[in-house]
Amino acid sequence: MELNKFIENLANVFEDANPDTIKPDTRFRDIEGYSSLIALSIIAMADEQYNVKLTGDDIRKSVTVEDLYLIIKSKM
Amino acid sequence: MAFLHIPNVRIKGISACVPKTILENKHYPAFAPDEAEKFIESTGVERHRVAGDETCTSDLCLIAAEKLINELKWPKNQIDCLIFVTQTPDYILPATSCILQQKLGLSEETVAIDISLGCSGWIYGLQVLSNMISNGQLRKGLLLVGDTTLKPCSFEDKSTFPLFGDAGTATAVEYVNTSEGFKYHLAVDGSGFNAIIIPEGGFRNQVKPSSFDIKEYEPGIKRNKLHTVLDGMNVFSFGITKAPESVKKLAEKYKINLEDVDYFLFHQANKYMNEKIRKKLNIPVEKVPYSLKNYGNTSSATIPLTMVSEIASDLILKKLKIIACGFGVGLSWGSVYFTTEKLVVPEIIEY
Repeated sequence: MELNKFIENLANVFEDANPDTIKPDTRFRDIEGYSSLIALSIIAMADEQYNVKLTGDDIRKSVTVEDLYLIIKSKM
Repeated sequence: MAFLHIPNVRIKGISACVPKTILENKHYPAFAPDEAEKFIESTGVERHRVAGDETCTSDLCLIAAEKLINELKWPKNQIDCLIFVTQTPDYILPATSCILQQKLGLSEETVAIDISLGCSGWIYGLQVLSNMISNGQLRKGLLLVGDTTLKPCSFEDKSTFPLFGDAGTATAVEYVNTSEGFKYHLAVDGSGFNAIIIPEGGFRNQVKPSSFDIKEYEPGIKRNKLHTVLDGMNVFSFGITKAPESVKKLAEKYKINLEDVDYFLFHQANKYMNEKIRKKLNIPVEKVPYSLKNYGNTSSATIPLTMVSEIASDLILKKLKIIACGFGVGLSWGSVYFTTEKLVVPEIIEY
């Protein structure tokens, strides 16, 4: 699993996000357009792209983009 | 592995009763500006029915059952068993099925039991009832399934109130010697018990004065400890994984070709989740009816309500192969494969 590809997948979850503006230390909740629906879309993306089951707690305890990446990686 | 094949039983008819009062989500006051539109787009719920204080789940089920018994022309003294599935019974005790036996005017020689399940409840209830009838000692049974989920929802909680709706249904099941019956897959994961929960008011955490204290968790989400809490993320993660898995397991076990199935009736959780499930199984959209738009997520009632509200004419006229899949509170889930032929399906009743 590659970080850059993950950032691209994450950017696709947001409607208008440019992957170049999303960095590993970006707080994903600060990305424009974040909502409770985006949180579900992140869970769906992990399921579809990585076959990983993210829980609500996984999302809640994550702060940065890298946190999400590391949790998904650890579950693969 | 909880796979069961229960032969010699058929569904004869299905009915549904919903409250008259319609609430439009575009007017729901706990939404921030523009939020209603986004909510409707993602959940698919434009409006829902609310029973109000005077009407219980059992009242809606009673009306649905009376109508169905009448159209089936079933003599009431021939009904051998009654199963009531709900998370919103009349009382903590006694069991509501006992009350329904009397109200329906069924014989004292009736088996009556309550089952406490929600989203998976129609599947589980059907399994219990079909198993009771399968060996031919009991011949006719009623499965009354429904919920008035809005009663324990906080009106000021936008994460629950606009999503759910109230409804009651009745399914008539009969012994038929030559029928292939029902094929089930059933499963449970109690580690997710708090994904959908009313935290206090039962006997683990008994009701106390502080149970009524209202707390604001975030803007638009205010509730007390006697209100339903929904952990949307955990339920979503569970649903998109377990529902497709259950359907696949059922198909594999019983060698069902999914392409031969006419309709897939999923528990109506919300449109966003259900569409993920549909796409994971590569099912064409026309085989997956939705009742979410007009009725919301009606908990245990979603599958029979969707049959009555969305595909009644096909159920009445055609021979159909159906897979139904329920998943949610418990966490509990299951799937069933069955065929129907010329069912009795009265028009949806408003009360």
